[in-house]
Amino acid sequence: MSKDIRIKKGLNINLVGAAEHTLSKAVLSNVYAIDLHDFHGITPKMLVKQGAEVKAGEALFYNKNNEQMLFVSPVSGELVEINRGARRRILTLKILADKEQASLEHSKLNFKEASATEIKEYLLKGGCWPFIKQRPYDIIANPDLNPKAIFVSAYATAPLAADIDFALQGKEAELQAALTALGKLTPGKVHVSVGTKNSIMSGLEGITLHRVSGPHPAGLVGTQINKIDPINKGETVWTVSPQDLVIIGELLLTGKFNAERVVALAGSSVKAPKYYKTKIGTEIATFLYASGVSEENSRVINGDVLTGSKSRQDGYLGYYNNTVTAIPEGDDYEFFGWNKPVFNKVSNTRALTFSWLMPKKKYDLDTNTNGEHRAFVVTGQYEEVFPLDIYPMQLLKACMVKDLDEMEQLGLYEVAPEDFSLTEFICISKQPHQQIIREGLDLLLQEIG
Amino acid sequence: MSDKRMTFKKRLHIIKHHYRDKKMAPAFNALHTFLYTPNETTHNGSHVRAADDLKRTMNTVIMALIPILLFSMFNAGYQHFSAINGFPENFSVMEHFLTWDNFWIGIIKVLPLVVVSYGVGLLIEFIFAVIKGHEVEEGYLVTGMLVPLIVPVDTPLWMLAVAVVFGVVIGKEVFGGTGMNILNPALTIRAFLFFAYPTWMSGDKVWVHDAVNLAGTPDAISGETVLGYLAQNNTADMAAKYDVADMFFGFIPGSVGETSAFLILLGGLFLIFSKIASWRIMVSAVLGSLVMGFFFNQVVEWGWIGETSKFYGLMSFEFWKHLIVGGLAFGIVYMATDPVTGAQTTRGKWIYGFLIGFISVMIRVFNPAYPEGVFLAILLMNVFAPTIDHYVIRGNVNRRMKRLKNAVIHPKDSEGKTAELQPETV
Repeated sequence: MSKDIRIKKGLNINLVGAAEHTLSKAVLSNVYAIDLHDFHGITPKMLVKQGAEVKAGEALFYNKNNEQMLFVSPVSGELVEINRGARRRILTLKILADKEQASLEHSKLNFKEASATEIKEYLLKGGCWPFIKQRPYDIIANPDLNPKAIFVSAYATAPLAADIDFALQGKEAELQAALTALGKLTPGKVHVSVGTKNSIMSGLEGITLHRVSGPHPAGLVGTQINKIDPINKGETVWTVSPQDLVIIGELLLTGKFNAERVVALAGSSVKAPKYYKTKIGTEIATFLYASGVSEENSRVINGDVLTGSKSRQDGYLGYYNNTVTAIPEGDDYEFFGWNKPVFNKVSNTRALTFSWLMPKKKYDLDTNTNGEHRAFVVTGQYEEVFPLDIYPMQLLKACMVKDLDEMEQLGLYEVAPEDFSLTEFICISKQPHQQIIREGLDLLLQEIG
Repeated sequence: MSDKRMTFKKRLHIIKHHYRDKKMAPAFNALHTFLYTPNETTHNGSHVRAADDLKRTMNTVIMALIPILLFSMFNAGYQHFSAINGFPENFSVMEHFLTWDNFWIGIIKVLPLVVVSYGVGLLIEFIFAVIKGHEVEEGYLVTGMLVPLIVPVDTPLWMLAVAVVFGVVIGKEVFGGTGMNILNPALTIRAFLFFAYPTWMSGDKVWVHDAVNLAGTPDAISGETVLGYLAQNNTADMAAKYDVADMFFGFIPGSVGETSAFLILLGGLFLIFSKIASWRIMVSAVLGSLVMGFFFNQVVEWGWIGETSKFYGLMSFEFWKHLIVGGLAFGIVYMATDPVTGAQTTRGKWIYGFLIGFISVMIRVFNPAYPEGVFLAILLMNVFAPTIDHYVIRGNVNRRMKRLKNAVIHPKDSEGKTAELQPETV
C-alpha cells in the first residue's frame, strides 16, 4: 500500500525538446573523465600515478577524511592526465579507455545475510559509497553515521529530466538488491517515492512506497523528506538516486562496478532528443553530435536546466547525472525587454507576461537572466513555488549574513541547494539562491559539523 | 530600420565596454539597461530564468498609476474652476470634467510635480550609485510616481525637491538603497513635508489650486476635503455637498491622486491580478478600516458621545465611506503593499494590513489637526513589520523545535555505529 503525497505549491516549466522514448547506444568514448567538483567537500588523495593502468572499478583516489572511501574508475585504461588547479588542487582525471574493457572483480557478498558493517565495507571498497548522499549538508554520506531513514525519489519532475522509469527498464533485480542491502544500514525505513502506480519501483520489497503528485519540485527528494519525515537537528538521512542504485545493485549481484548509465539528451538545441546508453565520465560529444545540435551557440548542461552544471560541448558526463541538456545561449540584448508584453518566456507573475494563459505550451527558454542582480525586494513569491515548511527568503538571508543560529532554526539542515532551484528560477532580483544555500551549508558543516 | 538599430545597439555595447570599471559605469549602465535588457547569462544554478525582473515589476505598478495620474490632472482643473464658478448642476463628465481647461491646470500644476519628483529623486539615485559603485536600482521608479500623487496640488516645487532629497537619502540610501529601507520612501517624503511645512500640507486651503493665493481676497475660494469638513462637525449638509458617487469616482478635493477610489480600485485589482502586490495586505487593511469605522459608528449609536463632541462628525460618518474619501484607499493599494517595508510573511501580511486599516481610521477620527491617518498608520506599521514577521517566523521555528523533541532517537551500538536493526516494512 502506498501513501499519497500531494504537492500543491510549485511550478512546472514545460520546455521544448523532451527526450523521446527511444534508446540508442552511444559511440564508445576514447577518453573518460572524472570531475572532482562532482564530489563536493571531498579532499582527494591519489592512489595511482599518472600513466598507470587501471581496471574498471579500480580505485583512483580516496577521501582524505575517510580513507576507506574509495572513488573508482568507470572504465579500464590508462590514467593519462591529472589536471590540477590552484594550490595543486585536483580538478579532473582523464582515462584513456582500452579497447577491451576489463573489470576489477570483487568476491561476491551474500548481502541478504551480511551485517550492516559488512555491507558498508563492501560498498566502500567497491567504489559505490559516493552514490550515497546525506542530509544535512548534501554531501557524500559519512559511513560512520546512523541515518534515521533512506530516501529514494523515482519521480523526476524537473524540466526535461530523464524519465526514470524508462531509464530503469529491466533493472528490477539490481534495484531490489541495492535496496535490500541499504535497508540494513538504517534502523528506520527506506522510503521510495514514485509518480505512478505502475512505476518500476512499485513492486520492490522491503521499502515504504509513497506516491507523489503535483508540480515540480514534487519529485525532488528534499520535498519528499520534508513531507514524509523531516530532518531534525542531530539527525541524518541518506538519499540515493535510482540510477545509482542500479550500479550499487550490480556490484552486489556480480561483484563488478559497472558504470553504465542511461542518459536522456534533451533540450531545444538538440535536433533529435532521445536516450543513450553510455558510461559515467564519457565524452558528451559521443552522443551529442549523433543527435545533432541545431545551434552553434548553445549551452550544454550536465544535468537538468535547473540544477545542472555548465559544460562544454566537448565536456564529460558527470558522475551523478542521467540528463544532458542543450539550450540556446541568451547572450543578446533585447530592445525594451523589460516592459514589452512577453509571450515566449515563463513567469509566475502576470506582469504583462502571458505564460499563465498557456499552461500547456512548451517554451524555448535561453540562458538570459532577463534582468540584473538586485537586492531582495518582492516578497511572497518564493512561497508560491516552495512547498517545504520553511521560510525560503528568511533562510536565504540568514545564509547571506552567516547567522548560524538562524540558519539552524529556519531549517537549513533539511535542504539541499536543488530545493532552491525553483525559487532561483522565479527570483525577480536574480539572486543566486542555490549558491547561497551551498555556501550556507558549507559554513554550517565547518562550524558545527 | 533594423540596420540602424543594430548599429545603435552595437554602439551602446562598445560604450559599455569603454566605461566598464570606470566611475560613471553605473550611470551609463542604468541608461543602457533602460533601453536594452542586458545580455547577461546564467552561470550556475538555474540555467533558465523567469521572464520578470525588478524593472518589469516596478513598471507594472507605474502602469496601475497612470490612469490615476491622468484623472488627477483633470480633477485639479475641475476643482479649481468649480470652486471659483460654483459646482455645475447636471454634472456631465464630458462637458465639465474632461475639458482642455481642466487638463491645462493639470499640465501646469501636476506635471511639474512629477518632473521634479523624478528629476531630483533619480539624480540622487544616480549620485549614490556612482559613489557607491553599485547599479542604479529601480525602487525609485514607483516612489517617483507616488510622491506627486500624495501631495496637495499647490505644493511649491522647491519644497517637494527638498523633501525628495530628504526622503531618498534618509529614508532609503542610508539603509543601503532599494530593498534595504525600513520606511516607505514615498511616505517618508510625505511625512517630511507634513512636519516641515504644515501650513502647506493641511488645513482647508491647500487642496484646490489657487485657494491659498486667493485667501483673504474677495474672490476667496474654499478648498476643503471631505474629511476636513467632517472634522469641523459639519454633518448636517454633508449629503447635499458631496454625494457618494462623487466621492467614489473622485470629483472631490484632496491630494493630487488620492481622490478617485474607483481608479484606485481598478489599479488595485490589476496589481492583485498581476501578482505584483499582496492581496492579503489589501484585503486585511480594508477589513481593519471597516472594523474600526464600524466601532466608531456604534459608539455614536450607543449614545456614548453626543453631537456636541468634537469627534461626532467623523465618528458618525458611515464606516464604509471611510474607504472612498481621503487617502485611505490609495495608501492601502500602493503604500501598504510595499514589499520591502511591509510584513514579509503570509500570516504577517494579514496582521500588518489589518492594523494599518484599523489605525488609519483611528488617527483619522482622533486627530483634529490633520484628519487623515493612513500615512502615519503605514509608517508606524513599517516600523513594526519586522516585529510581526519575527513572531510569525518564531512559530515556524518552534514547530521545528517541537518536532525535535518528539523525534525518535534511533539506538546506536557501543561503537557508535549503525545498529543491526531490520527496517520496518509496510
